[in-house]
Amino acid sequence: MSTQPVPAIRFSGVSRLFGEMKAVDNLNLDILDGEFFTLLGPSGSGKTTTLRLVAGFDQPTSGSIQLFGQEVAGLPPYERDVTTVFQDYALFPHMTVGENVGYGLMIRKVPKPEREKRVAEMLELVRLPGLAERKPSQLSGGQRQRVALARALITKPRVLLLDEPLGALDLKLRQQMQVELKGIQEQVGITFIYVTHDQEEALTMSDRVAVFNLGRVEQVGSPAEIYEHPNTAFVAGFVGTSNLISGELANTITGSPQAFSIRPEKIRMCSPGDPVGAEACAAEGKIIDVAYLGVMTRYLVELADGSTLTVVEQNLATTSMDVMAAQGRPVQLIWQREHNRPIGEG
Amino acid sequence: MAATPTDFGAAAPPDSFWRRLSTFFYRHKTISLILLLASPLLLLVVIYLGSLAALLVNSFFYLDGFTGQIVKQFTLKTYAQLLQPANIDIIRRTVVMALAVSVADSLLAFPVAYYMARYAAPRTKAFLYFAVLLPLWSSYLVRVYAWRLILAQEGILTWFLNVLHLNGVLNALLGLPGIGGTSLGVSPLGTFIVFTYTWLPYMILPIAAALERVPQNVLDASGDLGAHPSTTFWRITLPLAFPGVIAGSIFSFSLTLGDFIIPGMVGNSSYFIGQAVLAHQGTSGNLPLAAAFTVVPIVIMGIYLLVARRMGAFDAL
Repeated sequence: MSTQPVPAIRFSGVSRLFGEMKAVDNLNLDILDGEFFTLLGPSGSGKTTTLRLVAGFDQPTSGSIQLFGQEVAGLPPYERDVTTVFQDYALFPHMTVGENVGYGLMIRKVPKPEREKRVAEMLELVRLPGLAERKPSQLSGGQRQRVALARALITKPRVLLLDEPLGALDLKLRQQMQVELKGIQEQVGITFIYVTHDQEEALTMSDRVAVFNLGRVEQVGSPAEIYEHPNTAFVAGFVGTSNLISGELANTITGSPQAFSIRPEKIRMCSPGDPVGAEACAAEGKIIDVAYLGVMTRYLVELADGSTLTVVEQNLATTSMDVMAAQGRPVQLIWQREHNRPIGEG
Repeated sequence: MAATPTDFGAAAPPDSFWRRLSTFFYRHKTISLILLLASPLLLLVVIYLGSLAALLVNSFFYLDGFTGQIVKQFTLKTYAQLLQPANIDIIRRTVVMALAVSVADSLLAFPVAYYMARYAAPRTKAFLYFAVLLPLWSSYLVRVYAWRLILAQEGILTWFLNVLHLNGVLNALLGLPGIGGTSLGVSPLGTFIVFTYTWLPYMILPIAAALERVPQNVLDASGDLGAHPSTTFWRITLPLAFPGVIAGSIFSFSLTLGDFIIPGMVGNSSYFIGQAVLAHQGTSGNLPLAAAFTVVPIVIMGIYLLVARRMGAFDAL
């Protein structure tokens, strides 16, 4: 344990209070060097405040933040070796793209020829070669995003902070940028701390994810761990969709009142009366709603006690006409017991 | 999924004259626009541009010294008259004053506007906007008269400086050639003080508005990239707020160029452009020269705006 490498960022007992409201509540977290680390949570969960504490735009009410072992709490932003890609890009509107990207080097008094060379390299990296003379107002949203990224990376920071950088882009562009961002991170090899409320984005890109809720971290782990083994009801519900089963219903299905979650894609729909295996759980109900989503269909099934479960099925051979006709049909739901995830009273 | 038939048309209101009228205007956007702009356009074109044209035409006539009649023939004699040393003096005096007032106003206004836009809590900010606008509710003449009393030889300012034993400083200032005089009330320095005071609100408001439009995250980004607050101010805040400074200086500069009341009431007997216009069109009846004098501020403002544009003052707009 003593030879463990120094983490890129270490939060120890960090809290940030706004009046009575705990935006960040006793955060303890290590982010490793070279990691693509995502802070995932709904709005108001404290993830952006946490990022601002690392950048230095905000200071913690209490606790310590270490950047590669060096205390940074209390330091202004310009004395920290981290840079930020802002949600709405925050490009300097009166400067050209080249001046924007080269700003950090100009501040560091890098001579102009070298500056221009590195700006060109950076624009190459973010796939915007030859746009140095344009003004930010002449660029599209996706291009501005790339300029913001180039500007933040050119000073070779040890940690890059990204505050919902893809939030304003359309779905196709967002998916493309997710792949590119991950590629750039692997290329430059520095720590990326990425804030998002989009669980799919978090699962796609991250090495590890911290799920935030009400200023606290609910769970830290790899995307697969977070998705397959959610620790709390909140994580199970926020990352993907989950059916939460507790109390009397849990007792009926599993023979134990222990609450558990089950993913909609793990449940199979069969006809009532079909045989149930020894290692399987079963429940009977009626389809009360059908949503045709193209790739798959989502069914809402009402059980005898009035609770509802969500079930999804891939549209392997079915057509929209078939699935729509399923409305009102009685069904038996069957799933393997091993997919049940016991949930603490989060 | 069988569609449920609903008769949406049943909800439409009955056909009326007003309804058809609105539909007509909705379909004919040009006609609505013409109706909307007719009265202001009429006023602008006929009265405003018309008088400007009349002014320009008049400046190419000239006054016959013998007969005292205005000769309505195209000539450049009036402009030749305008370029006589005495008149050049008037123009130079006015332009220097306008420049000095604009610089002083922007230096005074910027800190106030910066505080209003970036630091003041909402209530303080509302109060400050109110306080800046308040003087504009009283007549400009009343305020100039008040300054006459403040700056007079036996006025409150001289008395106050005496109490502070600073009258030596005042006398030294008044002794300076070019800006001094027997008292503040009759010196160019006094004229400068009153001009600066009078146009200050017109400088504070556009600068504050420009500073409020500078997004916080752009300033954050500058600090994030390693810039100290002073660098951020010079590289980001000031360039982004500069159109506001230019807008304010357009007010202070052009208002000073045309004013005849302040130099008439506070200052020595040297003319400013406004006073020259007043004198030529009134007592001496030299309407062409008055018109030529009026063309001067228009040309100067035109050049000023062009230079400002060249310097990139409007790039951030």
